[in-house]
Amino acid sequence: MPILQTPSRRNASPVRTESAISIRGAVKRYGEITAVDGLDLEVPHGVCLGLLGPNGAGKSTTMRLLTSQSRASSGEITVLGHALPRASKMARSLMGVVPQQDNLDEELTTRQNLEVFAHLYRVPRAGRVAAVDRALKVAQLTDRAGTKVGDLSGGMRRRLLIARGLVHRPRLVLLDEPTVGLDPQVRQELWSLVAELRSEGVTTLMSTHYIEEAERLADECALMSRGRVVARGTPAALIAEHAGKRVDEHFGRPERVAEVERLAREAGLSTRRTGPSVAVLASERQPESLRELLGPAHVERAANLEDVFVVLTGESVE
Amino acid sequence: MTAPSTRAEGPALRWFEWAPVRGVWRRELALYKRYWPSTSFAALVEPTIYLLAFGFGFGAVIGAAYGYDYRDFVSTGVVATSVLFISAFGAMFGTFIRRTFQHTYDAVLAAPVDVHELVTAEASWLAAKAGLYGCAPMVVGMAFGLPPSPGMLLVPFIGFVTGLGFALFGIWVSAIVPSINTFDYVISGVLAPMFLVAGTFFPTDQLPSWAATAARVNPLYHCVELVRDAVFLRLGVHDLVHVAVLLLFAALMWSLAVWKMRARMID
Repeated sequence: MPILQTPSRRNASPVRTESAISIRGAVKRYGEITAVDGLDLEVPHGVCLGLLGPNGAGKSTTMRLLTSQSRASSGEITVLGHALPRASKMARSLMGVVPQQDNLDEELTTRQNLEVFAHLYRVPRAGRVAAVDRALKVAQLTDRAGTKVGDLSGGMRRRLLIARGLVHRPRLVLLDEPTVGLDPQVRQELWSLVAELRSEGVTTLMSTHYIEEAERLADECALMSRGRVVARGTPAALIAEHAGKRVDEHFGRPERVAEVERLAREAGLSTRRTGPSVAVLASERQPESLRELLGPAHVERAANLEDVFVVLTGESVE
Repeated sequence: MTAPSTRAEGPALRWFEWAPVRGVWRRELALYKRYWPSTSFAALVEPTIYLLAFGFGFGAVIGAAYGYDYRDFVSTGVVATSVLFISAFGAMFGTFIRRTFQHTYDAVLAAPVDVHELVTAEASWLAAKAGLYGCAPMVVGMAFGLPPSPGMLLVPFIGFVTGLGFALFGIWVSAIVPSINTFDYVISGVLAPMFLVAGTFFPTDQLPSWAATAARVNPLYHCVELVRDAVFLRLGVHDLVHVAVLLLFAALMWSLAVWKMRARMID
């Protein structure tokens, strides 16, 4: 029995081709700065899409555009069939938002925080107590219902923040950096919450700059850089396309590292610096001549999403 | 994969909905249940001090003045002061803190709530609180000999309308100040003269003519006049002007508060 999504909603309706989120050519400028620069993004129903990118790539601005807390300078945005910003209130009533920044009401108790949002999300009076109880269960905070939020631990607060966005059983959830700054143990807990959402068919857009998070949770990833999507696909497909199968890491003095980098690039391969070494991506594609020039690698490993991330978004973050 | 079939679910949302008001009141009632003793203490002690200081201090010298027992004059006048302090200060500090430090409004506006609904909701609570606690000076006054009258039942409503305007004024100010310290200018430069030149402690016609004229556009003056006319059972057609000024003030402040809050919250 799903606890996050309404069963009737999941089973009653036929498959539809229209996307849950559709962003076409969105541009958002703040004075001289262009935070989102011609963004195109389609999120199909029922998919968990990881929005990856370095700080400043435009992930948070994209999230704000979807709730109409930012108004696009140009472009078209549709959420669950509602055109923004005109029908944004209707769109917001159907989605749940989990912000990056903890904005729980510290003076209120756990239960009161959820009650306020049950009102704001128009949960009918008859179902309000049940909705709050369910959200408490989702957050595993049933026994802390009467605790003031200021007295909860960081992990509990984050679980409550997520449960607050689910109190009205939304069909679409926006998660903005859900585990930023948390201990590994707490991140595990939150990941199982997100995995549960996914298994129940809730459409999820999750921004993150943790590669592992995207690899574990997302059906598909969109990689953002400088305000637009530069690559899109399943983690496996992205890795195969941009980082190949194998990665060779060569260690050495700075001159040696620079030389390896130059040789590999001249042979048409991508490289990335990883501390004292340089990694040659898609090393299975390197010609035999290069292999001889470089000598045996110090470390051979499988390519991962982090390699794709660095190759596509640049080695240095602005 | 499952997906919903229709575009919209449930009834379309109207331009103004009461759910945000209920949500804000739910929060404020929870806080009030916790803090009502201190709130009530302050609301009762402040006018008592005014009454003791001015009512007995001056009152002993003046006795009857301006056609009233001076203590009755002060205890009805201070109603407006209480309304002003509860609504304007509550809105200035409360909304500033929630917007900038606690980021509460970011969360609220990500829910199906628009800025005008949020502003209305916050102001309505403060107005209700001002209407209730605005009566405290009158209650204290009765303990010191102010004769009860049926007109007193109107005072909470006068306090509500006045409080609505000043709460919205406070929300507007909170949205235009660069930092919380800027409130000092508003408190000393705007609110302090306002509450002194409103006929609270002395009638405005004792003032130089320019100041007396200025008092006429002071919403607090109209609140003081309405309260005295209600309490002393002298309500007449001229009071419609006072009501109109207070409603106009609230409407103007609502527009300014929504305009500037929207500019702060939506980019």
